[in-house]
Amino acid sequence: MAAVIEIKNLVKDYMLGQVPVHVLKDISFEIERGDFVSIMGPSGSGKSTLMNILGCLDKPTSGSYKLDGISVANLNRDQLAEIRNKKIGFVFQQFNLLARTSAEENVELPLMYTDASARERRERAMAALLAVGLAGRQDHQPSQLSGGQQQRVAIARALVNDPKIILADEPTGALDSRTSIEIMAIFQRLNRQEGITMIMVTHDPDIASYSNRNIRFRDGRLQGDERVAQPREALKDLEQLPAEQPEELESA
Amino acid sequence: MNKLVASMRIALRALQVNRTRSALTMLGIIIGVAAVIAMVGVGAGATARIQAQIQSIGSNLIMVTAGSISSNGVRLGSGAGVTLTEDDANAIATECPSVSAVSPTVRGGVQVVFGNNNWATNAQGVTPDYMTIRDATMMYGQFFTADDVDAAAKVAVLGETVAQTLFGDADPTGQAVIIKNVPFTVAGVLTPKGQSPTGQDQDDVILLPISTAMQKVLGANKANAKAVGSLMVQAIGPQAMDQALQEVTDLLRERHKILPGMDDDFTARNLTEVYAAQESSAQVMSILLGAIASVSLIVGGIGIMNIMLVSVTERTREIGLRQAVGAKTRDILSQFLVEAVTLSLLGGIIGIIVGLAASLLISHFAQWSTKVSLLSVLMAFVFSALVGVFFGYYPARKAAFLDPIEALRYE
Repeated sequence: MAAVIEIKNLVKDYMLGQVPVHVLKDISFEIERGDFVSIMGPSGSGKSTLMNILGCLDKPTSGSYKLDGISVANLNRDQLAEIRNKKIGFVFQQFNLLARTSAEENVELPLMYTDASARERRERAMAALLAVGLAGRQDHQPSQLSGGQQQRVAIARALVNDPKIILADEPTGALDSRTSIEIMAIFQRLNRQEGITMIMVTHDPDIASYSNRNIRFRDGRLQGDERVAQPREALKDLEQLPAEQPEELESA
Repeated sequence: MNKLVASMRIALRALQVNRTRSALTMLGIIIGVAAVIAMVGVGAGATARIQAQIQSIGSNLIMVTAGSISSNGVRLGSGAGVTLTEDDANAIATECPSVSAVSPTVRGGVQVVFGNNNWATNAQGVTPDYMTIRDATMMYGQFFTADDVDAAAKVAVLGETVAQTLFGDADPTGQAVIIKNVPFTVAGVLTPKGQSPTGQDQDDVILLPISTAMQKVLGANKANAKAVGSLMVQAIGPQAMDQALQEVTDLLRERHKILPGMDDDFTARNLTEVYAAQESSAQVMSILLGAIASVSLIVGGIGIMNIMLVSVTERTREIGLRQAVGAKTRDILSQFLVEAVTLSLLGGIIGIIVGLAASLLISHFAQWSTKVSLLSVLMAFVFSALVGVFFGYYPARKAAFLDPIEALRYE
């Protein structure tokens, strides 16, 4: 499989006042198309900065970053916005849904910045909501949805533009353990059935064990990079958990 | 287009969420636009009134009055001289190419009697050219003719005030009135003209054939039987005024044998020009009122800028999210600009309605004529949109150039 992400000799420095801080120190790695990668590391290890660069929200100080064959190091603001729009889906810890806006319109948001017609936007948003198991909830506002449902709306939003990769920053950080596994089940299905490359930052080794590959950061350097021998199956784990009412019915 | 509709929807939604705040922000623009519309309306009303008065004195009018004379060191008022004559009038009419009509005029106070009513008024002896020169029309009957002037017929044309006083609302045509003990037949009544620009009642007048007036009512001047008090001269067009004035002056100097370097023994004045000065001062007032009102529009615009800055700060995370999912600089810029322009345009439309209502109320209660033109409404509309763009640009730019990472992290 060809690499969807190629990073070579990546360096990122920040100026903290007059003092330069080396956040990422000469990092090189590749991520294969269709992989499911978890990135772990303590706070301050540089993994958030790496995620920002992977997400084309930030530019490296030096080194090269190729996303889907495109070198993004020299692109301007608007070109980066277009790359984010076309190739990347974001999932955040705090969901970042627009308040007082229906689930369907939240999912439509990335399509607002394409040429899609209103009808096409709606159709694709509904399809994405269906894919995360939220069919029938399109008119609910975030305040009417549970945390797990809100995160699924956010995943639908990340999906709606057919991205090459989905970047998830602590996607289960604000969720209880059962809901977290449900989210992992969705990630695994999208990864395996849709072939979307998943990259996920997490603190939780349990969550990381659902991925195929685990990259560890410390002090701005790659500390470990290993394939997970036997990734856990989220669906199986869910079955073994004590029976609980399916979440969709809880807050109806 | 598709995108513009989408940003309009986003903007309307954002404004709905903070309804009270949006309404209060709009209030600034509403007051500003309403003030501009009403004030310009008041100014335009005043200008229109003055224009109507200028129209009423006649178009392209040059007044020639006999000069003052001094005898034994006592200077008499203008018109006291006997230098202007009917022959001068005829000469001007035939020899000045820029002049279309001339009416010699004599005037004097008379008592007019009908039955047991009587009224003191001003009698003017004129020729039928008076009608065209003063743009006069008849309400009842006919003006007297050149034949009446030649025959010194005892016919009179009444101003509306005189007719009203003597005859009430009835048509007095054909009735007999007595002026200075001479019986006259009423030939007709002039359509009322209202006040002159100097505030005189232009309808309190009786017009007589000049010959009759000089021979039977006012009496001819003893020094010169043909002398008249003044000449009303009409130029062929507004552009010919200066030319006509020059021709009349040259002709009269020649006829009166005034040597170069000596003063005129008459005064020729372009009346329209005199009153046009009043008109322009009314226009200056109109502009001044509009300018003062525009200050409140600018204050309203600053209110919009203020609220948009607050809105940008409040919605920093939303902006960061939009940037993350692919909004470009101009997408964010247009979103917030559309929001500001929507605020100011909505305010502008409401302000136009309030301003129209206010000027109607002013006309109704203050008896002050107002005139709101379509142009001022359009200007107010466009100007309020411009206020939105101008004062919305800075906050929108601030939003568009936020760093997406910082914005997403903003609490």
